[in-house]
Amino acid sequence: MEQEYFHSVTLDKDKCKGCTNCIKHCPTEAIRVRNGKAVIIRERCIDCGECIRVCPYHAKKAVTDPLSSIEEYKYKIALPAPSLYGQFGTNFSRERIIDALKHFGFDYVFEVARAAEIVTHASAQYMKNEKIKKPVISSACPAVVRLIQVRFPSLIENLIRIESPMEVAAALSKREVHDKFGIPFEDMGAFFISPCAAKVTSVEAPYENKKSNVDGVLALKDIYLPLLDIMKKQKEEIPEQFSLSSAIGVAWAGTGGESQALKKGRRIAVHGIKNINAILEQAVQEGLNDIDFIEALACPEGCIGGPLTVENPFIAKVNLKNEIDKISRNDGHRIHKIDNVDELIWKSTVEYRPIMQLDDNMMKALEKMQRIDEITESLPGLDCGACGAPSCRALAEDIVMENAKETDCIFKLREKVNDIAHQLHQIDDMYPPD
Amino acid sequence: MGNVVVRDYMIPANDFTVAGEASSSVRKILTQLGVTPHAVKRTSIAMYEAEINAVIHGHGGKAHVEIDENKIFIQISDEGPGIADLELAMQEGYSTAPDSIREMGFGAGMGLSNIKKHSDLLKIDTEINRGTTVNITVFFNK
Repeated sequence: MEQEYFHSVTLDKDKCKGCTNCIKHCPTEAIRVRNGKAVIIRERCIDCGECIRVCPYHAKKAVTDPLSSIEEYKYKIALPAPSLYGQFGTNFSRERIIDALKHFGFDYVFEVARAAEIVTHASAQYMKNEKIKKPVISSACPAVVRLIQVRFPSLIENLIRIESPMEVAAALSKREVHDKFGIPFEDMGAFFISPCAAKVTSVEAPYENKKSNVDGVLALKDIYLPLLDIMKKQKEEIPEQFSLSSAIGVAWAGTGGESQALKKGRRIAVHGIKNINAILEQAVQEGLNDIDFIEALACPEGCIGGPLTVENPFIAKVNLKNEIDKISRNDGHRIHKIDNVDELIWKSTVEYRPIMQLDDNMMKALEKMQRIDEITESLPGLDCGACGAPSCRALAEDIVMENAKETDCIFKLREKVNDIAHQLHQIDDMYPPD
Repeated sequence: MGNVVVRDYMIPANDFTVAGEASSSVRKILTQLGVTPHAVKRTSIAMYEAEINAVIHGHGGKAHVEIDENKIFIQISDEGPGIADLELAMQEGYSTAPDSIREMGFGAGMGLSNIKKHSDLLKIDTEINRGTTVNITVFFNK
């Protein structure tokens, strides 16, 4: 069970003030405030990082590996997410950033952007199959996959069954290092440099129930300053000495990158968890069969808006665009690919996780629903959040599921206090018989 | 009254911004009750289509929903113009929706046939100038 519900997003109790910001923004209603502190309901959390973004006290954080953890491996491989290239501004080209990673201590750098191109090629092949369920939904963002698992189970069959660029990068980099230098696999540690918490969770507890090839996840914000320091000490001109990914892979860092790379069909790019909720809702109700592909990234503006990034997403976007334009001028639209795309197809499927279910027994579930309806009706309907639940209905659910009590509602408590005061007053009027 | 969960919704006329809210709410309830994803999906599609029909053709109306252990019953009624030729309206692609509605991506004439496809029982009562009532039942164990 521990493994199943591993989460990167955690709470720093000392910093939490018990306010209502996170409970109000959580897309799966996974947070409550109890005894003045936020509590994350583990099985509901999808690690989207929305709470990290909205917490004014920075009490929500993503657990990642410390930078020093790369020392545990003899041969260190860096897997930088393409969003890293948007963080530093015009003076710091991708070549310089990658060179800085080597100076930082990595023996080898395999761009996740390169793997993204391989995934693009495999996705284009996948889309040619006329039997697949439309619209095909991208599985690149782990928070989106988990949202579908808990809230939109009928859309599981629409998910593209292809490994994420991060996983592809980890597997291929190790093979490449082994083939080129004869390094044994057990000596290698592959570290993803991540813009988000969801990726940490997908490494620690992959939804396809297999072991990840990634050995550690470093937060982009942790490695930002060390890289900047190294780059500032270097000369500006760095000779190009490695096989760099093309514009197509780098563009995956922002919204529209993945879908535009596919080139064919009616494709939409949706970003921000609320927008994704809305489009998935529509996909269930209307089918949306006239759309071929939905790119869905939980963070605003895509991965460059991830909670572990440093730069403002809109500035990161223009930085990334500069880099993409530069690559396009130099290199056209070369794309990395592998011949055997079948090797990238998921070996197992993701499963429905019915965490919203009230009871395994339908009769009992109906009874509980009726009681929830009654209690909701009796609550003030302000959705103020003072009880610690995101809405009056959520409190009613918690009461019926025996995780809260009616007097957690301050209005209900006031009614009760009034009642008691009234009774006391009545007793006060009762004099003993003479 | 036994274990029946009841819901009533108002469906406003010509307001696409709220169209689909009733079926969305029902979808959440069914998920909480542990109904299979397949039955939830069928219900969502059927109810959504009926809801949209009431918005487009019926000047709005109301939805009444009853859920028990085995099935969901949905009644969507409006006081709109009624359907002149029900048999024709049931055919795929037949539509009386005006161009303005079609331009919004609705009114392709798939509504009633889609409801039939995704429900187990469908009964439509309609009277010219009086309105239309669509009765949909979806069984959970199918």
